[in-house]
Amino acid sequence: MKYWIGAAVVLIVAVALALAPVNEYFFFAGYVVLTAVVLATAWNILGGYAGYVNFGTPAFFGIGAYTGVLLFKWMAAPLALQIAAGAFMGGLLGFGVGMLTLRLRGIFFAIATVAVVFIMETLMTNWRYVGGATGLQVLRPPVMVPLETYTRMLFVVMAMMAIAAVSLARYIQVSWVGRGLRAIRDSEEAAECSGVPTLKLKLFACVVSGGLMAAAGAPMPMYLSFIEPASTFNLSYTVSALGSAIIGGMSHWIGPIIGAILLGSLQQIVTVTISGEVNVLVIGVLLVLFVVLAPEGILGLFKRWARTSSK
Amino acid sequence: MDFSLDLLTEAVLFGVLLGCFYAAVSIGLSVSFGLLDVPHVAHPALMVLGAYCTWLVGRYGVDPIVAGICLMPVFFLLGIGVYRFYYETFEKRGSEAGVRGLAFFFGVAFIIEVGLILVFGVDQRMVEAAYIGKSLAVGEYRIPWRLVVAFGVALSLTAILTLYLSKTFTGRAIKAVAQDEPALRLMGANPVRIKQWAFGIATAVAALSGAMLIVVGPVEPSMDRIYIGRTFCVVVLAGLGSMTGTLVAGLILGVTESIVLTQFGASWAPAVAFSLLLIVLGIRPQGLFGR
Repeated sequence: MKYWIGAAVVLIVAVALALAPVNEYFFFAGYVVLTAVVLATAWNILGGYAGYVNFGTPAFFGIGAYTGVLLFKWMAAPLALQIAAGAFMGGLLGFGVGMLTLRLRGIFFAIATVAVVFIMETLMTNWRYVGGATGLQVLRPPVMVPLETYTRMLFVVMAMMAIAAVSLARYIQVSWVGRGLRAIRDSEEAAECSGVPTLKLKLFACVVSGGLMAAAGAPMPMYLSFIEPASTFNLSYTVSALGSAIIGGMSHWIGPIIGAILLGSLQQIVTVTISGEVNVLVIGVLLVLFVVLAPEGILGLFKRWARTSSK
Repeated sequence: MDFSLDLLTEAVLFGVLLGCFYAAVSIGLSVSFGLLDVPHVAHPALMVLGAYCTWLVGRYGVDPIVAGICLMPVFFLLGIGVYRFYYETFEKRGSEAGVRGLAFFFGVAFIIEVGLILVFGVDQRMVEAAYIGKSLAVGEYRIPWRLVVAFGVALSLTAILTLYLSKTFTGRAIKAVAQDEPALRLMGANPVRIKQWAFGIATAVAALSGAMLIVVGPVEPSMDRIYIGRTFCVVVLAGLGSMTGTLVAGLILGVTESIVLTQFGASWAPAVAFSLLLIVLGIRPQGLFGR
């Protein structure tokens, strides 16, 4: 109950902000941070709960984005349909990759997801209809009445998606699905022996995670008014999704949110004040530092601090 | 896109040369990932680092291959350090090393890549040597000398490493550690020291691979991404840790890529290694010569 009140408050604040006279840049940056929240949460469903590392965030993100832009160019589909179709395609891709590699050891799944990123990029580079290597300009449709600009609307949409993604991740975490996934992470053989349907659960997690990432990617062409393969299928999405989850803490749904908001804001600041390259470097260094020094992430540090201070 | 036998023969010829090169750049990974089971996704990044070091040394007029060989001891020590660190932080703790070990190497790969961008910029770099830019005429075909040189180095490297692993005492110990670590421990040997040595060798080989990389063509910092596909494709297709397999798998990849390149154009080439990798994972994950 407390959770749902919190979620409602977050949504109301997001809508109120979008209606208030706030600087446009806030929504421009806020959208990116919220996308990072969705991506990190989605990554954590498979990576954090089940312990399967997905390097393919840009592949799922990109399939969502390209599904969106394809539907828009072909039949001027509304945003909601673009997102739904994107999520479906992402889920389908997740199912395919999962079927192919989830029977193997985790490292093979990780490598296969990298492969999917590059195959998708090559396909889109060679597909003239969606712009090929040079990319495609997208003309935004007129904005809905109460909101001033399209970016504000996308901000609200992404806020809703973030809440939906977190609710789903939270549901998975507390339900039997989450318990099964954790059992897989701790010992796959033991889980299988005690009757956990390991392959089914892994596939489920893979589909949900892929679908959410693709849904987060679907509004991207509208946000940038542009799409091209090289930046859409960039592995830096992987570092930020995986980095946010690990830095925040993978054991609880709130971990990826903390990580994504922290990293996302940091990235915005570094990109604006220093440069885009340094921003990837910062995430890489933070990721390695956390993995080595604080494997449980910020959440783990916080728990340790709470335990010592209560004594 | 007309199909001609001449073009195909040329593609196969280039593919064989390219394939040996791919085998040679994958052989380090074949040791570190194939034999030692370390999820070393940063290996291609180390290769690119090796290429840039070769470029730095090459500016003083040193031949790139010689420069690569000179860099090997440095990279050997680096490799020992990296493995020691990986062992102390992840392998020793055991559980959950999977996610964090992978994330660690992925992070390291990114740090190397961005570090190279910050130091050298995003421009392509190349080296100068007597054999770069000239080509060898064989019948009606012209083969660039740079590929021939890389081919020669690749073959000797593969041969030396295969002999080392099968004939010397340490080499056999490395293979033993891959087969049955507890048994080796019972024999009174220290598996960690052997693995550390093997990882050092794998990293030293990465330095020479980097030198070959910059001989074959210009390098840029983000090149490691595509080589993640090529090297892992070769190692998985070979069957983890098989040295002869690595050569065969490299040839298969090289010829396929070369044929796709001539028939469909360069824009399709990056997907070849990754598609082949997915196909192998789907059909025969133990590879051609799997243990």
